[in-house]
Amino acid sequence: MSATHRFRQLPTLVLFVLFIGVWYLISMVILPPYKQFLLPRPDVVITDGFLVWNKGDQRGMKTVLQSLWNTTQIAVLGLLITTIFGTLLALLMSFSKWVERATWPYLVALQAAPVIALTPLIRALIDSPTTQRLLVVVLIAFFPITSATLFGLTTVPRELHDLFTIHKATRKVRLLKLQVPHSLPSFFLGLRTSAGLAVVGAIVGDFYFRRGGQVGIGAQIDLYRAQLWGPELIVAVIMASALGITLFLIFSWISHAVVGRWYDSSRR
Amino acid sequence: MGVMTSASTLSICGVSKSFDAGHPILRDVNLDVEVGQFVSIVGPTGCGKSTLLRLIASLDIPDAGQISFNGSGIEFLFQDPTLLPWRTLLQNVALPLEIGSRKVQTKDDIIQAISAVGLTDHILKYPHELSGGMRMRTSLARSLVRHADLFLFDEPFSAVDEITREKLHLDLLRLHQSKKFTSVFVTHNISEAVFLSDVVVVLGAPTNFLSSVRAVIEIPFGREREDTLRFDTQFTDLCRRTHHELELAST
Repeated sequence: MSATHRFRQLPTLVLFVLFIGVWYLISMVILPPYKQFLLPRPDVVITDGFLVWNKGDQRGMKTVLQSLWNTTQIAVLGLLITTIFGTLLALLMSFSKWVERATWPYLVALQAAPVIALTPLIRALIDSPTTQRLLVVVLIAFFPITSATLFGLTTVPRELHDLFTIHKATRKVRLLKLQVPHSLPSFFLGLRTSAGLAVVGAIVGDFYFRRGGQVGIGAQIDLYRAQLWGPELIVAVIMASALGITLFLIFSWISHAVVGRWYDSSRR
Repeated sequence: MGVMTSASTLSICGVSKSFDAGHPILRDVNLDVEVGQFVSIVGPTGCGKSTLLRLIASLDIPDAGQISFNGSGIEFLFQDPTLLPWRTLLQNVALPLEIGSRKVQTKDDIIQAISAVGLTDHILKYPHELSGGMRMRTSLARSLVRHADLFLFDEPFSAVDEITREKLHLDLLRLHQSKKFTSVFVTHNISEAVFLSDVVVVLGAPTNFLSSVRAVIEIPFGREREDTLRFDTQFTDLCRRTHHELELAST
């Protein structure tokens, strides 16, 4: 048991070593010397990127961490708004077929639409850069949590509904004691997907809406890209991914704590 | 069981039901079930056995005819134990007292119902931690807490293995003996029907001329029944007769 446990991470580790190897290969062998600044070697990324605190010109870990914190706030606040409105809409849709039929096509359209194309409109309608960025987060993260929660609310087996009907359950009791608990696993699945998309949304928002003093990690990535500052660019990208991974892990943990006792194990 | 018995608690009178027009699934069903009687319903697939149960439980409405029931409370045991996976055994058994309109203090009822099915040692387990037979027992315990007068069973033991099923039969006989609830039990299994019942009703597919009820077979054994009854010649004779009627009803 402990042996299998120890080796469970082995494939991930092997792939990581391979990944670093390919990285070295590209930056030292495949790229011609005059282009090697585009992809600095991993050790250079560490020494010139991660280990530099403040270099001026918005370079160094200090700036990266500050802008990352800024983006984190936008992503988390946006996710909170998304969760509240997405869950409420899913509840409304589960109550009324009419609401579901009316809104579903627009939800799918929202999911498919390139939100970036809407940036001029958003800029024209909303003044505050923070609100603009939050709106992008909500638009991008809205679909998964809404559709997953709706799925959980509406896929309660018929026999369980019959059981509640025979016991003359009121609509409120049916919702609170049957549909809501039944929807929790899919709610958390949707929440995890939406959390990842919220980070993407916040970074995309940074790219397009950066007026004012607050600058997110997306704006820094854009700056480093434009200046061809290789190590800084890679550090910023890695830190942005780390944010997404962290949120994903946090919500996985919450999900496990809430429904793991009966859900994960019942599917084993 | 009989025509127009005065003591009938459940009375089904001229009931018909179809789901798409022109294709009746039940035709002119007449059935009277007396207080405390155990009636089984057998019949070929698609003869409307489960539909009849759903009509009795008011989960569906008949197209014609009337169903009346003098008594308080109906319990329904499904083919699936219908436990809520997010609740422990104890919480599942307590569910009817939380969702029903009557909210009475009945902790004792819950404890008694669980001990009546022999699951006292497992009350904090979740459904996925229980065996199929234990899940069905939990479902039985849940149906006991409200002291309902009428129990409807829709092939509740069809998914458990033979030995477990025979144990569940004895459990059910014992519970029926002590609680005296009126029962309507739908099954595919002939020996199960004969073993448990006072009366076995054979349903057939509806035709233009015939009522859905094709045969009513009285089972003359007393309610004190042991496992050995299954090897009694009178028991096997009744099974053979039921089998014969079922064969006629299937053509």
